[in-house]
Amino acid sequence: MPASAQGAVGIPSSAASGTTPRRPGGAKSGLRSPRAKKLALRTVALGYLGLLLLAPVLMIFYRTFEHGLAPVWEAITAPHAMHAFWLSLEIVAIAVPLNTLFGVGMALLLERGSFPAKWILGLLIDLPFAISPVVVGLALVLVYGKTGWFGDWLAEQGIQVIFSVPGMVIATAIVSLPFVVRETLPVLHEMGTDAEQAAETLGAGPWQTFWRITLPGIRWGVVYGVVLTTARALGEFGAVSIVSGRIEGQTQTLPLYVQDRFENFDTTGAYTAAVVLALLALATLVVMNLLTRRAHGRMAD
Amino acid sequence: MAIEVKHVSKNFGDFAALEDVSLTVGDGALTALLGPSGSGKSTLLRIIAGLETPDSGEVIIGEEDVTLAPARTRGVGFVFQHYAPFKHMTVHDNVAFGLSVRKRPKEEISARVAELLGLVRLDGLAGRYPSQLSGGQLQRMALARALAVQPQVLLLDEPFGALDAQVRAELREWLRRLHEEIHVTTIFVTHDQEEAMEVAEQIVVMNKGRIEQAGAPRDLYETPANEFVMSFVGPVNRIGDAFVRPHDIQILPDADATGTEALVERVVHLGFEVRVELKLEDGREIWAQVTREKAHELELHDGQILSVRLPEPRVFTEQSS
Repeated sequence: MPASAQGAVGIPSSAASGTTPRRPGGAKSGLRSPRAKKLALRTVALGYLGLLLLAPVLMIFYRTFEHGLAPVWEAITAPHAMHAFWLSLEIVAIAVPLNTLFGVGMALLLERGSFPAKWILGLLIDLPFAISPVVVGLALVLVYGKTGWFGDWLAEQGIQVIFSVPGMVIATAIVSLPFVVRETLPVLHEMGTDAEQAAETLGAGPWQTFWRITLPGIRWGVVYGVVLTTARALGEFGAVSIVSGRIEGQTQTLPLYVQDRFENFDTTGAYTAAVVLALLALATLVVMNLLTRRAHGRMAD
Repeated sequence: MAIEVKHVSKNFGDFAALEDVSLTVGDGALTALLGPSGSGKSTLLRIIAGLETPDSGEVIIGEEDVTLAPARTRGVGFVFQHYAPFKHMTVHDNVAFGLSVRKRPKEEISARVAELLGLVRLDGLAGRYPSQLSGGQLQRMALARALAVQPQVLLLDEPFGALDAQVRAELREWLRRLHEEIHVTTIFVTHDQEEAMEVAEQIVVMNKGRIEQAGAPRDLYETPANEFVMSFVGPVNRIGDAFVRPHDIQILPDADATGTEALVERVVHLGFEVRVELKLEDGREIWAQVTREKAHELELHDGQILSVRLPEPRVFTEQSS
């Protein structure tokens, strides 16, 4: 066997030492290069994820439970923490359905509709991805604030948008706007129009076709979009921070509460709220995963 | 139901898909729209179904002008080229769809679905999903789904296009027998002349958005209206401006001196039919079709020199209508 080959074999075979003995010669040199490449790729990918994502999240968990459960429980049940938690859920519960409806409708319009300058609409949809949330927040204050365009009129009607829940919902909806559209569009495109037309020839009206053919066909795209929207809405900080005015116990969402506790040197409070946020996000992902798995199981057997 | 298409035109942007097309299909007839791709045959089918709207002209089904009626009110069964299965529904629910949007009682739907699955020989597969069916089974499911609502008219877009040769032959035969059984007015689109000849009672030959000729398969073959129909329906040799069918070329025994001398370049055995590629004295290349017996009798082989007698060639004068 040439020396160069032996040298190159060194790394993967030593890494795999202690596992099953390998046949010499052909098999070894055949496996060598693709195996080594795979291993290297995996190491890099896992290392990157570990450093960037896993380690910090685990660290938060560790620091939270460092002194046992009692201080955590106390931090969770603090009135302002509870309020922030419920406010976050409330905003998500309004903004996510709104964006789901809008997202599915817009995806249908962009994919099935034909009208001039459609590409401009497509571009506008992506704008919230491109603009910093802080800018969104400022813009909202300019439009709905006391000195803004609709400020006077809204004040006359007794509606307060800025520094209250409506403004926070709007801000959250804007920053999480593109997810459902972007996740639904490719699925809709791939599905094509044949099935819808078949339903039409079988006597189904537009609504029946939408509920019974289109929506089931794109549901996994929609579900994925909803999950991403939810995660994004839960974690939104920048835009909400500006629009809300951060009034403790009134317009403080969970991320704002984390920031507030952190600035006030209440590390336990900050870490605990952060863990709750992380767990909420995790729960969302798990739910989606379970749903997708069940669906695939049903389609395959 | 009879179908009448009157002076229908359709453009897609700059492309004229149909130009002033008129067509009558009798009640209960089995008709093929035959033509190369881009000839407008699928567009015509989709206009009859109501899936496209013509730019001008009328579509009449039975007595009713349906030109502007939506597809769902036309009573048309449509089978799509790629079957368009509802992937998230079982075979049963696919077939039941048309009945369930009409809100028929459950028992009636179950009975009808069972009957149809029997008709298309898919009994026992009612609980499967489309992803678990073969191409031929999907095709039959799509047909059962279209037939479930008892359409006045059955339209099929390249119904056998995506299937392998054997399944295709089976389904053709089966479609013809099915038509004899249920006698619904049927139009199918195909680019395969053999398929059209084998299945249809009437063939409509289309080219470049126009109808070249419509008639019984035999009439088209024996008295083609023009060059296009002659060369599209059945095999053909082109000699200058003239056309000769390969089976009309007579191959004579060696001794016969009355024919034209020809060199056998290749003999291809295709079972019963033998294809003989010939080079004539003047260098023109043609091919003849003979039976296996005839080939045997003449001891045909590559490089052989023999004589052939050409029939009166058909010449079509350019007469644009």
